[in-house]
Amino acid sequence: MGEVIVITSGKGGVGKTTTTANIGAGLSLEGKSIVVVDADIGLRNLDVVMGLENRIVYDLVDVVEGVCRLRQALIKDKRYNNLYLLPAAQTKDKNAVSPQQMQELTVELAKEFDYVIVDCPAGIEQGFKNAIAGASKAIVVTTPEVSAVRDADRIIGLLEANGLKNPQLIINRLRVDMVKRGDMMNIDDMIDILAIELIGVVPDDEHIVVSTNRGEPAVSNNESIAGQAYRNIVKRILGEDVPFMDLETDQGFITKLAKMFGFVKKR
Amino acid sequence: MDLFKMFSKSDNSKDIAKERLKLVLVHDRANVSPQFLEMIKGEILRVISDYMEIDEAGLEIKLTRTKRDVDDTSVPALVANIPIRKMKDNGKF
Repeated sequence: MGEVIVITSGKGGVGKTTTTANIGAGLSLEGKSIVVVDADIGLRNLDVVMGLENRIVYDLVDVVEGVCRLRQALIKDKRYNNLYLLPAAQTKDKNAVSPQQMQELTVELAKEFDYVIVDCPAGIEQGFKNAIAGASKAIVVTTPEVSAVRDADRIIGLLEANGLKNPQLIINRLRVDMVKRGDMMNIDDMIDILAIELIGVVPDDEHIVVSTNRGEPAVSNNESIAGQAYRNIVKRILGEDVPFMDLETDQGFITKLAKMFGFVKKR
Repeated sequence: MDLFKMFSKSDNSKDIAKERLKLVLVHDRANVSPQFLEMIKGEILRVISDYMEIDEAGLEIKLTRTKRDVDDTSVPALVANIPIRKMKDNGKF
């Protein structure tokens, strides 16, 4: 029986979908079988982020309504071993599925895959309730902004109220240069406020934009620091004790130097 | 300006962000009005004042989250920080 993990945040645009795609691909690179589920019905995006948008025939709502079999709706990512996508419906809305149906669906998927990763929509309404319905574990994504941290705090409360104890935190898009000059909350600040276990810190990285443009998860890119961060997160999900990247010294310095040179060049 | 200084210990914008967040989360977490906390504060003051003299300006009462000892799940906690000036005579036995 596989594990069902929901990736959630409350606020939109903090990187849930990118996180889902990279954790899914990263787990595949570690030899696991994975299905990533887009629970954002009506606003599907996991397909484009993963570069699988042209291969969709059936979707999650078709499965729930019995239009097709579960297996028919799963899209295999040919670049990875045992990585599948269950896309959201684009023309329906969130009420097309009930939490009960989502729970049954994830049970079916967990029979066949090591990991079922559910990409939760933004918000705290029906879509959120659907996405968490079958999950046994939750990962909360936030960025170092007051709005995102506030929503993360609210989501943590709702997860715990719904029996998802001990959610874990990913801090996304951390800008080391801004943290250093005191213009961005640091890791400790956010752990202090949210009081949950940290499972990863993903630095702000242009490679993410490029990889999303191409539809190729950054976790496969050895040159991407965000990719490295995702590889570490995947190892932690698998139970390995991976130290957190030293962002404050080496990388920060190099990034800073690179930026300085970039600046000089422009002039 | 004074009010602004009260909330931020430094000029770093991240400290301002953190302080603002902490304040707003008190109310988000409890889903209660600021008046509610003020009421609790008043009651606590009234009871404790019978036994000790406290620094009312330094009194801090907030809702936060803490790890429960038994199973490490995080639970809401009411934390009161009450600076004592001195004990009153009727508090000593």
